[in-house]
Amino acid sequence: MNAPATLFDKIWSAHGILSRPDGATLLHIDRHLVHDGASNAFRTLKEKGLTVRRPDRTFATPDHYVSTLGRTLSSINDPNRRGMVEDLETHTRESKVKMFGLSDKRQGIVHVVGPEQGLSQPGMIIVCGDSHTATHGAMGALAFGVGASEVSHVLATQTLWQRKPKNMRVTVDGTLAPGVVAKDVILAIIAKISAMGGTGHVIEYAGSAIRGLSVEGRLTVCNMSIEAGARAGMVAPDDTTFEYLHGKPYAPKGADWDKALALWSTLPTDDGATFDREVHLDAAEIAPMVTWGTSPEAAAPITDRVPDPKDTADAFRRDTMERALAYMDLKPGMPLSEIAVDRVFIGSCTNSRIEDLRAAAKVVKGRHTTIPAMVVPGSGLVKAQAEAEGLDAIFKTAGFEWREAGCSMCVGMNGDLVAPGERCASTSNRNFVGRQGKGARTHLVSPTMAAAAAVTGKLTDVRQLMAKG
Amino acid sequence: MEPFKHLDAVAAPMEAPNVDTDQIIPARFLYRKRNEGWAHLLFHDLRFNDDKTPKDGFLLNTPPFGEAKILVADRNFACGSSREHAVWSLYDYGFRVVIAKSFGDIFFGNSFQNGLLPIVLPPERVEALRVALAKEPGAHIVVDLEKQEVRGPDGKVDHFEIDPFRKECLLAGTDDVTFTLSNLDRIAAFEKAYEQKLGWV
Ligand code: SF4
Repeated sequence: MNAPATLFDKIWSAHGILSRPDGATLLHIDRHLVHDGASNAFRTLKEKGLTVRRPDRTFATPDHYVSTLGRTLSSINDPNRRGMVEDLETHTRESKVKMFGLSDKRQGIVHVVGPEQGLSQPGMIIVCGDSHTATHGAMGALAFGVGASEVSHVLATQTLWQRKPKNMRVTVDGTLAPGVVAKDVILAIIAKISAMGGTGHVIEYAGSAIRGLSVEGRLTVCNMSIEAGARAGMVAPDDTTFEYLHGKPYAPKGADWDKALALWSTLPTDDGATFDREVHLDAAEIAPMVTWGTSPEAAAPITDRVPDPKDTADAFRRDTMERALAYMDLKPGMPLSEIAVDRVFIGSCTNSRIEDLRAAAKVVKGRHTTIPAMVVPGSGLVKAQAEAEGLDAIFKTAGFEWREAGCSMCVGMNGDLVAPGERCASTSNRNFVGRQGKGARTHLVSPTMAAAAAVTGKLTDVRQLMAKG
Repeated sequence: MEPFKHLDAVAAPMEAPNVDTDQIIPARFLYRKRNEGWAHLLFHDLRFNDDKTPKDGFLLNTPPFGEAKILVADRNFACGSSREHAVWSLYDYGFRVVIAKSFGDIFFGNSFQNGLLPIVLPPERVEALRVALAKEPGAHIVVDLEKQEVRGPDGKVDHFEIDPFRKECLLAGTDDVTFTLSNLDRIAAFEKAYEQKLGWV
């Protein structure tokens, strides 16, 4: 019998083609997902006189630069942004790569589209020129983000050189309290292990609270692995995963499904396998979270106060905190639930799936926004599903804008920006300085917490609104 | 890619931890082509006022640090997005080496693909280097890739670790793709066996 192995070990060893004396392994790549930021990578490929080696394993969709106001190229006003989407169309057409384009309902944020289409499957290695590729690890895959040079390397060879990262397991056991969702879990994890707690590691999320999450909840958790410094995050495939995948357009069918299922069932971490690092959290102790600073690790329960840098012994950390609070325009000691916000964004590859929209709509129903707020579904299919369920009507009646799918205000590359000095409660994944626009102040929250903030105009413990029904 | 062997240059100390790639190169510039030049966009919003004038007090606006080719940062430098533009901006500005306590994983890998050498040194040493550079602005650091050594302004020499393959590539100025393509038969053989087993992928 083989020595006990982790989920990550098993996937890694099944994909090794050859190794270099220095320990790097050439990995086979099952899926290469491409978005509209890939222009330079395609150009490099051309300059070297190379072509896309496996168009059949490469899938593309534009997301970063698309307008959320229309579904035509001409709805992108800025010629530079339009050029990026046009470039993707040209490059994929020339290389015969399947693209879910602007007029295709399947278009959307690349990390929403992959699982939704059944392209992301257990046991695969999935890469994309985007750091939130870890999202797909929720399917029981090894998925990680790569840079432009690596994108062109994968395009040219369908392989990638990597040194094997270390194994880390984050176990969340117990039951989540009512009103606490996947986003709160991952923010609590990052607050605990820090923005670099997972650097050099692949994180496997385990424990009964993780098992209890839907696939969409797991996607939210894995999505933010990079915010803890880990290039990949994963959850072992189980019946929840298989049920989710069954019948998806690119999932295996018929006899292939049975074969796949047999293989996938062997993937979970063996009893007795060891991790280089283990972290435990008690699910019952996690509360709805918000961030107060300019790194996702600056997260705290909504019931807390803005921390006081003076309470920090380390001079360096104190300085960092002071700078973050100055940027965020917050005073130490202020209750987090008294922070007034100017705007709400519900969207991004972290929280723009149908369950996110359903949960937010439930909070919003029968209430009205007091500040500008918008919902940007993660894909055309999520949007259509939400409309079929009447969620769009709930949001619109409540005063939300209802937009077309794309990355939008998560990064503002399409022009959906938070104004300088404005404070935004956002379901996205990064509260970095200037992330949502120059001078923008971001508070990361779950979809239900974002909905609550839209209704009250301040950061709000959503459980209070839920109690009122 | 330009080979990197040896560098004796002005080094600039950057205090903040977690300097993310959004700060190194804001997202709104990413539509540009690689060869359009990125030097003027490096640290854009930290470096320039709204009216495009240089911001007082920012490291690279403070002579002689503007001519630095070596950056001494803190921990988790260039965390965040996978944008290789962060490397391009540093490189085009003139930086060839970044020394830090730790780096964002993706940035670290991207650097080698572009001839930028990221060096991890022990936290105390990184801090000591920054103190020395602040005390004596314009002081040089010497980096010898062959010997894997960094000599600080205080004359103290530190050894650093580097993956031997990456070292070779940097010294020769070659990237991965050429090497990988020389193994195409191995790749094809792997794929054949793999696809026989996992036909549905
Ligand atoms: S939604 Fe945001 S984090 Fe996700 S891929 Fe788009 S820009 Fe990146």
